[in-house]
Amino acid sequence: MAYSAKLRVWRGDATSGELQDFEVEAEEGEVVLDLIHRLQATQTPDLAVRWNCKAGKCGSCSAEVNGRPRLLCMTRMSIFGEDEVITVTPMRAFPVIRDLVPDVSYNYEKAREIPSFTPPEGLEPGEYRMQQVDVERSQEFRKCIECFLCQDTCHVIRDHEENKESFAGPRFLMRVAELEMHPLDVADRVGDAQDVHGLGYCNITKCCTEVCPEGIRITDNALIPMKERVADRRYDPIVWLGNKIFKRNGA
Amino acid sequence: MTEVERHNYDVVVIGAGGAGLRAVIEARQRGLSVAVVCKSLFGKAHTVMAEGGCAASMGNANSHDNWQVHFRDTMRGGKFLNNWRMAELHAKEAPDRVWELESYGALFDRTDDGRISQRNFGGHTYPRLAHVGDRTGLELIRTMQQKIVSLQQEDYQHYGDYEAKLRVFAECTVTELLKEDGRIAGAFGYWRESGRFVLFETPAVVLATGGIGKSFKVTSNSWEYTGDGHALALRAGAGLINMEFVQFHPTGMVWPPSVKGILVTEGVRGDGGVLKNAEGERFMFRYIPDVFKGQYADSEEEADRWYSDQEGNRRTPDLLPRDEVARAINTEVKEGRASPHGGMFLDIASRLPTEEIRKRLPSMYHQFRELADVDITAESMEVGPTCHYVMGGIEVDPDTAAATVPGIFAAGECSGGMHGSNRLGGNSLSDLLVFGRRAGLGAAEYVESLGARPSVSDADITAAAKQALAPFDGPDDGAIEENPYTLHTELQQTMNQLVGIIRTSDEITKALDKLAEIRSRIRGVTVEGHRQYNPGWHLAVDLRNMLLVSECVARAALRRTESRGGHTRDDYPQLDAQWRNRLLVCAATDEQPVPGVGVEAKEQLPIRGDLLELFELSELEKYYTEDELAAHPERTA
Repeated sequence: MAYSAKLRVWRGDATSGELQDFEVEAEEGEVVLDLIHRLQATQTPDLAVRWNCKAGKCGSCSAEVNGRPRLLCMTRMSIFGEDEVITVTPMRAFPVIRDLVPDVSYNYEKAREIPSFTPPEGLEPGEYRMQQVDVERSQEFRKCIECFLCQDTCHVIRDHEENKESFAGPRFLMRVAELEMHPLDVADRVGDAQDVHGLGYCNITKCCTEVCPEGIRITDNALIPMKERVADRRYDPIVWLGNKIFKRNGA
Repeated sequence: MTEVERHNYDVVVIGAGGAGLRAVIEARQRGLSVAVVCKSLFGKAHTVMAEGGCAASMGNANSHDNWQVHFRDTMRGGKFLNNWRMAELHAKEAPDRVWELESYGALFDRTDDGRISQRNFGGHTYPRLAHVGDRTGLELIRTMQQKIVSLQQEDYQHYGDYEAKLRVFAECTVTELLKEDGRIAGAFGYWRESGRFVLFETPAVVLATGGIGKSFKVTSNSWEYTGDGHALALRAGAGLINMEFVQFHPTGMVWPPSVKGILVTEGVRGDGGVLKNAEGERFMFRYIPDVFKGQYADSEEEADRWYSDQEGNRRTPDLLPRDEVARAINTEVKEGRASPHGGMFLDIASRLPTEEIRKRLPSMYHQFRELADVDITAESMEVGPTCHYVMGGIEVDPDTAAATVPGIFAAGECSGGMHGSNRLGGNSLSDLLVFGRRAGLGAAEYVESLGARPSVSDADITAAAKQALAPFDGPDDGAIEENPYTLHTELQQTMNQLVGIIRTSDEITKALDKLAEIRSRIRGVTVEGHRQYNPGWHLAVDLRNMLLVSECVARAALRRTESRGGHTRDDYPQLDAQWRNRLLVCAATDEQPVPGVGVEAKEQLPIRGDLLELFELSELEKYYTEDELAAHPERTA
């Protein structure tokens, strides 16, 4: 039933900020975002938070709750004790704009660096034929709601701003895998995955998979298979030898 | 002079949901420079919430399907008030628009022979909805988002700049359309992040801002749905039609309170789920209205056989059009047969194996497990009506999507006419593809046909800026300061309680009184803090739009003295053929920031003979007047 919850919310902007304590009423069945909204309506009308669908489908309300990357709309209050202080902070891997709202433009820049879907020459709309079993692999990755929690948690960039330039992050390496596994995509994406998008930085600690609100097995189903394809091409001794002998430029 | 960042584009699209993105693609492919402006981040628009699918008569699941059948279903669903030309274009062009998405990279679920799978949905004669599990909207938006990225990549090849010809202005709100000599000259707005003003100098604006659901308390709509496009068009002098028709989706979540209204896809029923009341009765069999008698199964046995044999059996009444199902649930609850939290039970658990449910309805499974502690593979869901969609919107030319004001185009939910008095599930995604493309094309042709472009005056910019900043100053005449959150809550409660799913003259009149009070208080809205990412200010600006569209809904609802589709009058419970052809057009009556609203009745163009002949006379007689049917071949024969 209703009780007074203890919220500690980061407030500030790019120059400075601090954690502030609030007591907010919590009602049965509510999520953290409900309490943030109640804070806005009753105590802090200018508290900045991004949100949209409030149903776990749009991936807007990403933040960190007690340090863990989460969607605020899918984090139920009932997982915390009533006396527990719940700390809400913006995603750490991105520069903060204000309060809980970070600048996520890094992600949109990385999205643009991945060559788009490339269908076979001459295949007209309406003629596409694919088997369900074949589309399912990429469909899993297309469940992504672009909340960027996987990017936020990934240690390659979480505390290493300098890696951002050469690392697309799990979300966009998964996008490369999605296109690579698309039954009708004809572009070769294996070389770029390593050289342009920074697949080699990933050391498969599965942090991204753990925070994915859609339960996508990013590491097992996208990143590791891509690494295997890179390895097959670059490090298989027979392929290496073949490339040497026949002077092909496959690698 | 107001400090404002200026941009110049051939076409500015407001709204980055399905309709907006499709318009962007079309206008850019015609060679024009295009800006798309949206209140959220790119790719977050409300289209992601669409679950069930996109209706298109591809005939993959049942080869009897074709555009004529789809057209008939759409007109029936809308109770024949639809703009027939829009319904025709929609039914004819939807398959091409879906196939086109595959060439952008979309991955729909497949049939055994590798084509796009199609599922059953309310009001559709055949399995017709292209789908991806229950996240079809996400697939559409991501596909078009990625297509736009690919267009930017092409521009990068040509110009060395991704944004040379196509730029996304995310988290940017347009507050005013600016005109010169009656034609669109620009759009004025602010960056949500910084609060700084931005001016788009453009001769053509495509409005694709979606719906108005945030005027209602219980809604499946997100915060963005504040009727911005409706209000911008109205203030710029365009007309809104059919605003009395608001769709209450029969199945929203009812518990816990914080998620009340969140959508439960119709796909649950399309895939075999059934509605039951607290007594365990499949009550929908008692609610088949006269106009649909004979088209739906009248026993549970026949309904259950229909899932496997559609030729020999009629469909289950669980799949009646949404307005019918929502009213039925409302009545069952009122008569005391509600579930523990005031809804009905929706049972898929006893109808499909666990694995099948998780495969076909993954996000429903997830949503109920995470938000309500309900395992839908083991127990029934509790559901009830939720404000979902507005059939009413900007009056447009069916072929070009042009509004009555030169330079304004509109597509998707913020346009009106296509769905008549009630939209069929699945027709929204196809609508936004078909008319998003047409709006992009219409805007492009308009721009190409222009000689000199209209220009924006400094005075208009100053006035728009002053208006946007008014909430920081508070009332200048000693009026009481108002909190935007409080006023918003009062507005939502008023609309929900008094202009909701069942309406009466008394209640609508009360609502109008309350809206007048809110109108007088809205001048006093005062916000704290500064312009940088200030949600209180954002709400204060959006609130004016919500008030304006709410008045349109209420005034039109009072005027229409019949019940049809998404407009049910307890004091006029019957369909009235005299009202079928009459559209109610809302227009602004003055130039106030929240202008007064006038309502005028207007006749539609008579339906083309060859389209009328697609229906049997016996069905048309339920909707049309005698005079209107005089030329039908069954009459003249």
